[in-house]
Amino acid sequence: MDELLREFLTETNEHLDVVDVELVRFERDPNDIDVLRNVFRLVHTIKGTCGFLGLPRLEAIAHAAESLLGRFREGKVEVQPEDVALILASIDRIKHIVAELDRTEAEPPGTDRDIIDQLEGSLTRPQEAARVARLAPTAEALPNEGERGGTRQPTIRVTVDVLEHLMTMVSELVLTRNQLLDLARRQDDPALMVPLQRLSHVTVELQEGVMKARMQPIGTVWQKMPRILRDLAVDLGKSIDLKLRGPETELDRQVLEFVKDPLTQLVRNAADHGIEVPAERLKAGKPERGTITLSAFHDGGSITVEVSDDGRGLDYQRIRRIAVGRGLISEVEAERLSDAAVSRFIFHPGFSTAQAVTSVSGRGVGMDIVKTNIDLIGGSVEVRSEAGRGTTFVVKLPLTLAIVATLIVGVAGQRFAIPQMSIMELVRVRPGQGDAVVEKLNDALVFRQRNELIPVIPFATLLGLTPQDGAITQDGFIVVIQIGRQRFGLLVDTVLHTEEIVVKPLNKRLRNLRCFSGSTILGDGSIILIVEPGGLVRMFEDYAESAVPTVEARPEPEPQWVEDDSEGPVSLLVFRAGTDMAKAVPLSLVTRLEEIDVARIEQAGGRLLLQYRGHLMPLVFADPAMSLQKEGRQAMVVFSDGDRWMGLIVDEILDIVEDELTVELVADRPELVGSAIVRGRATEILNVAHFLPLGHGDWLQREVAPQAVTRTVLLVDDSEFFRSMLAPLLRASGYRVLVADGVEAALATLALPRLVDVVVTDLEMPVRNGFDLIESLRAEARFAGLPIIALSSYVSPPMVERARKLGVVNFVAKFDRSGLVEALSAVLSARSRGVAA
Amino acid sequence: MAVAKHSPDRTTARAPTAEHEDKHVQYVTAWVADQLFGIPIADVRDVFIIQSMTPVPLAPPQILGLVNLRGRVVTAISLRWQLGLPEPADRQRMIAIGIESDGESYGVIVDRIGEVLNLMPDTAAPTPFHLDSRWAGMSAGVHSLDDCLLVILNVSSVLAFSNDITAR
Repeated sequence: MDELLREFLTETNEHLDVVDVELVRFERDPNDIDVLRNVFRLVHTIKGTCGFLGLPRLEAIAHAAESLLGRFREGKVEVQPEDVALILASIDRIKHIVAELDRTEAEPPGTDRDIIDQLEGSLTRPQEAARVARLAPTAEALPNEGERGGTRQPTIRVTVDVLEHLMTMVSELVLTRNQLLDLARRQDDPALMVPLQRLSHVTVELQEGVMKARMQPIGTVWQKMPRILRDLAVDLGKSIDLKLRGPETELDRQVLEFVKDPLTQLVRNAADHGIEVPAERLKAGKPERGTITLSAFHDGGSITVEVSDDGRGLDYQRIRRIAVGRGLISEVEAERLSDAAVSRFIFHPGFSTAQAVTSVSGRGVGMDIVKTNIDLIGGSVEVRSEAGRGTTFVVKLPLTLAIVATLIVGVAGQRFAIPQMSIMELVRVRPGQGDAVVEKLNDALVFRQRNELIPVIPFATLLGLTPQDGAITQDGFIVVIQIGRQRFGLLVDTVLHTEEIVVKPLNKRLRNLRCFSGSTILGDGSIILIVEPGGLVRMFEDYAESAVPTVEARPEPEPQWVEDDSEGPVSLLVFRAGTDMAKAVPLSLVTRLEEIDVARIEQAGGRLLLQYRGHLMPLVFADPAMSLQKEGRQAMVVFSDGDRWMGLIVDEILDIVEDELTVELVADRPELVGSAIVRGRATEILNVAHFLPLGHGDWLQREVAPQAVTRTVLLVDDSEFFRSMLAPLLRASGYRVLVADGVEAALATLALPRLVDVVVTDLEMPVRNGFDLIESLRAEARFAGLPIIALSSYVSPPMVERARKLGVVNFVAKFDRSGLVEALSAVLSARSRGVAA
Repeated sequence: MAVAKHSPDRTTARAPTAEHEDKHVQYVTAWVADQLFGIPIADVRDVFIIQSMTPVPLAPPQILGLVNLRGRVVTAISLRWQLGLPEPADRQRMIAIGIESDGESYGVIVDRIGEVLNLMPDTAAPTPFHLDSRWAGMSAGVHSLDDCLLVILNVSSVLAFSNDITAR
């Protein structure tokens, strides 16, 4: 069966399961808004999806039902008993069609005109009797066999051991299959290919089946939470509600085992530290009862679990004080660190901000263990918080531990697999080719990424495959790895491909090797080692201690918002030009540093030019008082944007420093942004924008920005189906993708200080639709320039009109994947031209 | 795999005849440097030629690498290293004796494989006390054969080595 169709059926059947229960309540209380919402959601999802899959019958009936439900939901019309019957009949009809679809992979022939007419009739002529009487026989005339079978299947209990054994066997089968395929490819025997292909398909199905059997809803772990929380609340004298979102989200049971305790600890922590006592809440103008929300959802190849409370939020000043008190950072550093960086201290061993040690938490043993346990399985945990509004812990988990998506890299003639979960970025580095380059800072290798210096470790050196001071090739790839708060680049020779691999544990005599977590057999029969990123970090830290202490001592900036962070430290290139006062430019704007033989510099029409990388590059003095050296080599800072280059002539490059930048403006010097104290010295910060037009008259029409900036797209869609379909597509097109399942989640994401470059939103969503989101965004000045692309499964002229008024830049049909990619690329390139102009 | 019974019946030390097979222990023999070693056949899973091996960086030096043996990952251990003998500069063809221990698979790399011998276990001489301590630790006794001595390897001590050496 088609992959998409199967996914659709699974999702729809799950919804139908829920709605089955809800319908009972709907019958009892037709105006219960929650129930209405769930029913609406089901119908809406079906409608949105089946247009894409080409299922006209389902789409038509879902559309009609959605319209009617929509009216009830808005509260414009009271739900009458006959409407209930009508909705029930519609759902029954949908069930019937879905069951047929499951059986035959096609919609059954026939028409739903009867139901649709009644639905539409009810829409235009609200209350009319006698409808029920007409309807009832129609509903009962439907064939009923099969539709129950699709949702209520008999179950059987098996022991976990049986499942584990099956999984091991399937893993072996996968490996053997890969080897066979490889052999067959070499022999090119068509007689072999047919049964092999069949074996291949069966293996895949079997693997999926066993994987599925190992999956358990996260709700099984959450089940005990309400009780834990109730007891806690009584102990603490607080009243706390627990909300569970997405308990049906499935995880590999092995992963679930691992996260059970960390999640419980996070909930305890939220109850103890997060939620205030009732009196305090009332004083803060909040409802007396606090709320802790647990939510889980799929996010591409991983699962995100959030534990959030609406309590007092993190007290950053307190954390700063404690961090200083514990000697983790100096007072000066504490002042300089951003709140996000400060918040990470709560994961530090032995760190507790609880005023008093309670039986619940505050013993400083919770959070670091939470983090360690989650890191252990290749997950991550982050915290975000808003004073007075609450704290959210975001836990990212891999779907399964048995099969890992990895990137295969080559180092010193050997191949290694790096789990993709921990890879942030992959950067090509090559000296002298216009790509990014690895630079030397004292003896340490670093690499510039936006306005951050990333420590680089040659993987070969780390593995002892080359002598410590041997020649390291700087032509290769940097795999940027982030584990917890440590980020670093691993320099490898080649990047081969990505592969889903079956993890085989290492022999116990090799288990103390921190850098490998296991091995696997590739299709060609060779064994490769799987890199353990967490262990690499620890090795890296040891390495850093001996080799690059300055880099290690630097606090880690928040990865998501380095790009526009004005609070955090900025990397500056400091140089001397003309006067004795040091000058500096933000390192992020710099493309290269060069020293050029003066004889190569040409003069034409009063301008200085240099043949540079096949272009004539204009040269500009950093200070009007300067003149060219008579002979020897001239230092310069090269800026570039696309195919334009400009060289800024300086006397001497002094240093690259990272510092908090407090610029004092200088009135009548257009060439300066202002002056600042950098590393204790007064330094003039150059206004690069002033110099660029001196070289190229038209440069200011373009944005001066570091190249290869990854754009961030926020994808808002209530349907998991569409999210999981579109997010990988966008990622594959080179975007960083954040997803939100509704308006609230989207606004919450946008409220965070990370840079969203463009919003892609579905217009038809339950509760609050896409227009709500766009209106909310347009109401805020800071989102005024944020481009928005609307997705819709159908388009009507009034919708287009409304969207245009709200400044929606483009309309894309929901299933037009390439259209969406084109629209994004058009919007973003237009935007980068427009910003600097 | 046939497991020879330990027999209380006292016969001569060398009696590799089929009729007396059940009274003897079978040994898989192998040469390392110029010494013959024997491993009780019950401890041996298989003998195989290594075609390709994946070295493990930072591993203890006696672990030569990982080998794919019909879908199993086998850890290759150099018997030479364990005996304190120099590694040959270039191993053309690696032969390993497959051993299972604690549910994990090892391949003990030897120079070449000898015959399977039937020997009476209780006629073995005890390990001479002045043998190199490394050898002594791995020897479960010495058999005197017609033309040479055969050291019976104690499999578990071949695999017992400290694993906290992290760099060569």
